[in-house]
Amino acid sequence: MSEVHAETVPFVRGTMLPEAPPPAAERGAIHWLRANLFSGWVNTILTFVGLFVLWWLFQHFYPWFRHSVWNASSMAECRTLITERWGEGAGGGCFGLVRERWNQFLFGFYPPAEYWRPISAFWLLFLALAPVLFTESRKLRWIVVGVASVMAFALSMLMGAPDPVLICLAVGIVLWVVLIEYIPRAALIVSVIFPFLAVWLLWGGSIWGPATILAGAVLGLAVWGALSRFGALAVLAGLAVAVLWWWFLSSQAAIDLQRLLPLELPKMESRGFGGFLLAITIGVSAIVMSLPLGIILALARQSDLPIVKGFAVIFIEFIRGVPLITLLFVASLLLNYFLPPGTNFDIILRVIIMVTLFASAYMAEVIRGGLASLPRGQYEAAGALGLNYWKMQRLIILPQALKVSIPGIVGTFIGVFKDTTLVTFVGLFDPLKQLADTIRATFEWKGAYWEPYIFSGLIFFILCFSMSRYSMYLEQRLKRDHR
Amino acid sequence: MTHLQPAEHQPFRLSMLIYDRRYRSLTIQAVVFIAVMLAGAWLVHNTLENLARMGKTFSFSFLWARAGYDIPFSLIPYTATDTHFRALVVGLLNTLLVSFIGCILATIVGVIAGVLRLSNNWLVSKMMTVYVEIFRNVPLLLWILVILAIFTEVMPSPRDYKGDNAAASMILFDSVAPTNRYTAVPRLAMESPPEPLTIAGTPISGTLIAFGGALLAAYLIFRWVRRRATDRQNATGRRPATWWIGLLLFAVPLAALMLLFKVHLIPPKLTGFNFTGGANLDNGFVVLVLALTLYTGAFIAEIVRAGIMSVSRGQSEAAFALGLRARPTMGLVILPQALRVIVPPLISQFLNLTKNSSLAIAVGYPDLRATLGGTTLNQTGREMEAMMLMMGIYLALSLLISAAMNVYNARVRLKER
Amino acid sequence: MTKTVFFGAVAAAAVLGSTGAYAAEGDTLRTVKQRGELICGVNPGLVGFAAPDANGNWSGFDISLCRAIAAAVVGDPNKVRFVPTTGQTRFTALSSGEVDVLTRNSTWSFQRDTELALDFPAVNYYDGQGFLVRKDLGVTSAKELDGATVCIQTGTTTELNLADYFRANNITYQPVNIDSNAEGEQQYLAGACDAYTTDASGLAATRAAFADPENHIILPEIISKEPLAPAVRHGDNNWGDIVRWTLFALVAGEEYGVTSANVEELSKSSTNPEVQRLLGQTDNLGGMIGLDAEWAKRAIMANGNYGEIFAATIGEQTPIGLARGLNALWTQGGLMYAPPFR
Repeated sequence: MSEVHAETVPFVRGTMLPEAPPPAAERGAIHWLRANLFSGWVNTILTFVGLFVLWWLFQHFYPWFRHSVWNASSMAECRTLITERWGEGAGGGCFGLVRERWNQFLFGFYPPAEYWRPISAFWLLFLALAPVLFTESRKLRWIVVGVASVMAFALSMLMGAPDPVLICLAVGIVLWVVLIEYIPRAALIVSVIFPFLAVWLLWGGSIWGPATILAGAVLGLAVWGALSRFGALAVLAGLAVAVLWWWFLSSQAAIDLQRLLPLELPKMESRGFGGFLLAITIGVSAIVMSLPLGIILALARQSDLPIVKGFAVIFIEFIRGVPLITLLFVASLLLNYFLPPGTNFDIILRVIIMVTLFASAYMAEVIRGGLASLPRGQYEAAGALGLNYWKMQRLIILPQALKVSIPGIVGTFIGVFKDTTLVTFVGLFDPLKQLADTIRATFEWKGAYWEPYIFSGLIFFILCFSMSRYSMYLEQRLKRDHR
Repeated sequence: MTHLQPAEHQPFRLSMLIYDRRYRSLTIQAVVFIAVMLAGAWLVHNTLENLARMGKTFSFSFLWARAGYDIPFSLIPYTATDTHFRALVVGLLNTLLVSFIGCILATIVGVIAGVLRLSNNWLVSKMMTVYVEIFRNVPLLLWILVILAIFTEVMPSPRDYKGDNAAASMILFDSVAPTNRYTAVPRLAMESPPEPLTIAGTPISGTLIAFGGALLAAYLIFRWVRRRATDRQNATGRRPATWWIGLLLFAVPLAALMLLFKVHLIPPKLTGFNFTGGANLDNGFVVLVLALTLYTGAFIAEIVRAGIMSVSRGQSEAAFALGLRARPTMGLVILPQALRVIVPPLISQFLNLTKNSSLAIAVGYPDLRATLGGTTLNQTGREMEAMMLMMGIYLALSLLISAAMNVYNARVRLKER
Repeated sequence: MTKTVFFGAVAAAAVLGSTGAYAAEGDTLRTVKQRGELICGVNPGLVGFAAPDANGNWSGFDISLCRAIAAAVVGDPNKVRFVPTTGQTRFTALSSGEVDVLTRNSTWSFQRDTELALDFPAVNYYDGQGFLVRKDLGVTSAKELDGATVCIQTGTTTELNLADYFRANNITYQPVNIDSNAEGEQQYLAGACDAYTTDASGLAATRAAFADPENHIILPEIISKEPLAPAVRHGDNNWGDIVRWTLFALVAGEEYGVTSANVEELSKSSTNPEVQRLLGQTDNLGGMIGLDAEWAKRAIMANGNYGEIFAATIGEQTPIGLARGLNALWTQGGLMYAPPFR
């Protein structure tokens, strides 16, 4: 046998060969190029077309950026500087405009001495959102909270916030961070304070105005809680108490409290709001206010009460069927007709109302998607437990549906935020058009077309891109949770 | 099924309106209905009171008054002496035109970008990613303004084409002249057009009838030919080539008609201030179409990508295993399944595009908002009527598009087994 | 949580709503006094007439009139809020009560006076529609603009005048609709239109801001009458009177040589009975329109008389460089004529 074996197997390797490197064409840059850029004639053509486009873009835009001037205080000065440096006929960006007017793009005509207020409100927004949005990953939450805290404090200090404010800010941030980390459920409820705080920071006036209104809400909730065994009547009672408080007592209480303990910031006109301050204010308040409206609309549309469902459908389809710009014109031209004679709101408030209605229709659809994505068994199980409709929604359905809808809500926010630029057409100072036009109307910056667009476009891109990336990341995580 | 007997015997009590499930839904609906009606009545009451206080009336008669303003871009004959209603129609047609062309081009751009983004060419897929992200994350208004600025600042003005050593020259064999006002392109013209036919008192363009008739006939015959081919394929397993028949069917009558009517191109010519002779495509229109196309195209690219990725790899592997080649796999297996995912969001993008076309306000393109909701509203001071009419029209457009979507969805669902 | 957020909305609404005011009830004066601030609707940016600077401080011809009215009514020329309005939204802003008075280069026309339910108390600038063209276009008359492309602001009377003018002269044009002066300027400078048409004063202001004003000319034809006037709501006659007579006080101030520099002194020393009445030494005219005796004195002190305002904002010494022309005093061949103060 062994001989046979020896004949059929003439050679048996006793050791492994050393690993040979792959052939030159199959490794390194060449392989990568071949696999990714030149794997066939279609691909090769595509690559060359792509390279050509890149080269063309580079050739046309790079010189302009290379020749750009930052330290000129007018268009004419900038142009002479460019001609001096790069010769006759050279074109370049005059980013001196951005250097001189950046504050207007960010804040509009908000008084410079008070810049710390919108800045701290902006960064505090992230802190307030932390227990809602950034619960998925502890590391990310720490980063967000850390950056927001440092920015809120440092920038406020830089912009000259008064010392007492800085102390309050520091103490508040520390307490808040502790709260988020140790009692996250409570933090979720306390974050409701933020809208009131932001309103006070942005518009100023006595802190007791927003505070007493918040107190009314708390009072209403307390009454509801105390009477909760009476079911629907408790809701009505809570609502009635809150409304009575707002109607009769809150303004007087605010005045009295202000007399007792004056806490006041200089009052700001909405008119002074402009630039990204305006866009973010409108966008954030519209989304925050549209959330409850959207939930109600979504529930109404899902309900099996035909009249309620019908109204919800009509409202949602109407709002989604008309362009936002017509709604803005309604805000500026018609809203005063619909209100009792003599009522006169600020145009910014009117715009916020219309944008809120607009966003709520889209929000309702997003939340409806979230509701629909829940398995039927959740409803059945809740029913089997004997929960009534509202308890089922509050304890079982909505917490899950809202969590699933967060990416969609962020997406809606991105859309609304981008659309806030349309307020330019009702005469508000949006960062894209009206502010740029105003700046261009001055003698110094006549003819600066590209620089404002590049500057505000870049800010929009950074904000929207990071938000969309975050919502995609969130979507991935939530998807995994549900599998 | 057991019946709940006791409930029927219980006498009705008022408290059952709240505590009994059967009546509670009625109560809630009644309350909601009354509340909404009251709110509506309140709004109407306020409006009437405000109108009366300002001494204004509510009437649509202004639509029949002389408009008195010119519209730079119109699909139907219009002069300043026409009525506001005609101006409205002009605006509506302009809106429809820009939306229609925008939807088609955006779909093309979106499909190309979406497919290229999935291609295994690293460079191209990265470039498409950059395109999609840049356009999706910056407001549409910015793109409109930037493209408008490019057109007004970078394109030569018609005067630059003047003279012997002109600063600019026409492109494509001296037939197209892009300027900062419009793009001058050649226009089709007929030397001996057919007489218009008068049917029931309304003259109908003879050209339309001739070409329309020829195309319709060709289409019908071609359909018949294809059916024959399918029958043949079912019988023998071989499909006869039909493409050349189709080509002939469409091309020959068209060519004949064109010869008959002496159709020719009139190139644009610079006379005085502007190009004349050819057709001048208004820059407002071109800018708006471009911006809407690129912006919506980025969204459509994402939809297409998601649609193609939603078809699991196993499908194409199975198709290959059955012996199908790449093209039939795409056409018969992947696309039909991907389309089911793609089309609903695609239609909602079309809806968005139509609504976004109201941003024509930024480029001075006279769409519905500019005529009815702009100049007419302003010159007559009828903001209530004009706004209601305009919102109604936009709403009707949107509902039509959604209805089309629902029909499509229903059809797709039927095929799903 | 969601519920409470909604209350946040209510809070925001209440806080902001409280800054809103009750106007348009036929007692604008009371509203303004109560608010302690005048709200003016103005052009969002037309150098010389109304434009904000880098810090949001407004200045210009229209702005000065607003400040004069504020000085007369509230007592402080700085107690004014300026609401930028577009050509499209301006009249609704006024009739809805969003602004108390509209000083925004608005033409007084029959339809606006009647159908739009506005009142134009008095003309503060007599203007006419003109054309701005490049010099090297070789055009010297608007009649040679046959086939030209013309930039025009929508929502203005100029839009209608233009159509009428070209039709009457049997020539054609291609309109390019623009939304704001800034946009018109951009399009015109880029050569997207051969001519830019608007009020001649606006053209002068626009041209003055060019890098090369000498290369552009305003054609001699003035194709329309554009009496620019502040506008108020129809039906509040007392408020209209206040706006009208504040403007006349500025004009009369120029006529009688009352300037911001000498108004204080003249109010004590003047022997001219008309000046005495104007400045509230005798007769307390202010009381008759619901103001105090020194209203006109404050109005003139705010930015000077009509002539001073004109000179400081759009006059020949400024980059805008407008001549007085029709807007000179009636004693100097113009149309500015204040009825007697008695």
